[in-house]
Amino acid sequence: MGTIRFEPCTLPPAAEALRAEVREFLTATLGDYSAIERAQSWTGTDADFSRKVGARGWIGMTWPKAYGGHERSALERYVVLEEMLAAGAPVAAHWVADRQSGPLLLRFGTEDQRKRFLPPIIRGESYFCIGMSEPDVGSDLASIRAKAEKTDGGWIVNGTKLWTSKAHYAHFMIALIRTGRDPDDRHAGLSQFLIDMGSSGITVRPIRNLIGEEQFNEVVFEDVFVPDDMLIGAAGAGWSQVTAELALERSGPDRYLSSYRLLVELIREIAKEPTERATIGVGRLVARLATLRQMSISVAGMIEAGASPALEGALVKELGGVFEQDIPRIAHDLIGAAPLAEGGGDFDRVLAYLTQASVAFSLRGGTREILRAIIARGLELR
Amino acid sequence: MNELQIILTETSARLFGEHVTKEVLEAAEKGAWPDDLWAAVEENGLTKPLVPDAQGGAGAGWAEAFVILHAAGSFAAPIPLAETIIAGRLLSLAGIDTPPGPLSVAPVGKAETLRLEAKGGGRIGGAASAVPWGGKVEHVAVLAEKEGELHVALIARDAYIAEGDRNIAGEARDRIIFDDSPVVAAAPAGDGITREAIWLMGALARVAQMAGGIGRILAESVRYANHREQFGRPIARFQAIQHQLAVLASHAAAADMAAESAALALDAGDAAFEIACAKVVTGEAAGLGAAIAHQVHGAIGFTYEHALHFITRRLWSWRAEFGAENAWAERIGRDVAARGADALWSDLTARQAG
Repeated sequence: MGTIRFEPCTLPPAAEALRAEVREFLTATLGDYSAIERAQSWTGTDADFSRKVGARGWIGMTWPKAYGGHERSALERYVVLEEMLAAGAPVAAHWVADRQSGPLLLRFGTEDQRKRFLPPIIRGESYFCIGMSEPDVGSDLASIRAKAEKTDGGWIVNGTKLWTSKAHYAHFMIALIRTGRDPDDRHAGLSQFLIDMGSSGITVRPIRNLIGEEQFNEVVFEDVFVPDDMLIGAAGAGWSQVTAELALERSGPDRYLSSYRLLVELIREIAKEPTERATIGVGRLVARLATLRQMSISVAGMIEAGASPALEGALVKELGGVFEQDIPRIAHDLIGAAPLAEGGGDFDRVLAYLTQASVAFSLRGGTREILRAIIARGLELR
Repeated sequence: MNELQIILTETSARLFGEHVTKEVLEAAEKGAWPDDLWAAVEENGLTKPLVPDAQGGAGAGWAEAFVILHAAGSFAAPIPLAETIIAGRLLSLAGIDTPPGPLSVAPVGKAETLRLEAKGGGRIGGAASAVPWGGKVEHVAVLAEKEGELHVALIARDAYIAEGDRNIAGEARDRIIFDDSPVVAAAPAGDGITREAIWLMGALARVAQMAGGIGRILAESVRYANHREQFGRPIARFQAIQHQLAVLASHAAAADMAAESAALALDAGDAAFEIACAKVVTGEAAGLGAAIAHQVHGAIGFTYEHALHFITRRLWSWRAEFGAENAWAERIGRDVAARGADALWSDLTARQAG
């Protein structure tokens, strides 16, 4: 077993100075935002808000200036992200591009792709979605069937992507598509493409979730032409590129703050008459929150130092996902109020929302079972 | 880690690996004192990290004490190293020289009061319960009242009675009784030396030991799962086993993070919040981790023959000592409720800004 080490990391003064700016911005921008809107955390969408965040220089913060980025540190970026999440800001429009699509293009994209796609992302005007899973595929990405066939000047894509969050809203999809097959290697023959969601032949069908929201979608491709210059990296290298991309997805504060608004409303509720049982329940949650935050900052510190903390990121997501799901469970245990979809106070409404929404917190971006298998591999279980 | 932490980590691991054998652990449970182990620890300067250079210590901080105690926990070293380190801190803050040999501290229960005689102050009376290693050490450093003021006093083993309780790991948790007992030295307690301070240092020490122990049972469980074959393959291949070990790994990581952060916070100043968080998180991880390690080890891990229990029985003891999870969680919860819901985030980010 290798060593797992979360080096304690303190945010530098420059990052802390930025915190005050972000708080001021959020207070001014989200002044009348309700608790229930804030509870949507990073699934809430507001194009105007994303543009304002871009104007402040808080998207693509660590990316090179050559593409419009700001070359700030990973720790400064961390502060912006966690302040947005703690406030429940509607960051969903630009979130995926900032978190994973931009970094993917920086790593594997061509110079032309970076010049074309990164500046609008950084302005908060260009939104991305991630086309990975498919019908019957679930988490087993090596079995995807959507295919791209070579044609003059590009590729013809056919197939269906499923569970694609914000596909109805995004300008581009980064899709994992089959371009070949190797009977001896099921991870071979996959490629990543940038697909313009305005292309002809694309049908986006929203799928209502159990809360009644339309967040994720089925996306059908029928003879969609994708130009050659929209292939990301090498044809056939999709699997290793996606693996690197998903590691980026796992490590951020979005992986433990998704239910934060309910913790706040729970504290407001128990503070009215703090019983021993309720203070213990809240105290335990706050202890876990404080520890998760230190682990998440530690991961940001490792990224800033140029390391690739894939296992550490997976461990934070594992603990964070359990924490995010424990908050509604414990809130129910401590208060026992019926969650209300309509009426009631902030606590009832936020409890209702997160009791339902948190089901997905151990599914999205790879199920808990996949995550635990990744950790097991990191532990060198064989 | 700083350079001293790295050196101390390596020294501790080498030394405990050499001296904390199964035979030593079994003998310690039967009451034998591990002379060679203690001598090696003392010769290598691991007993006084918090005592200033000028007083014969290492002049380091809790960051360094943390790595020593983490290693001690990881090997289940059957010696009062945590207690000796805390006693050294207590004595040095009061300006009293720290004697060689194993030490303990009292009282560790908050309600008990020891009293130095008003005139002279050369004698002490009272009783303290659950004193770790109370009867096994050569001296005990105590907080005692003298005319309403707190003093630190040092008393030699032959000057008090110890009645032996033991925790489930076989570690002495004695009631010690002073009956007009002579003190070796006494002085007014230094700044910030209160019962609360002993309680916090004790909790931090147990947190460091538990974090080490949890890391060890993770490593042992991974090793066992990779070697033990069932149904024609190593049990590490079964998803049911993999997922349990992934959960254990996540809690081991949380315990380490919480514990080390608390140690660094105490070096920086007030660490009551960080130590409380660490005792909650590490205590939870200890209970859950021990359960998983035993489940993965199966029946063999339930035998006295197998060494797993030397760690797990300590984890079950340590998580309750110096305040169990709920006691610390209640403190945190009460403070958070009093500060109000909207202060939580700004309070947390301000505290962790260092």
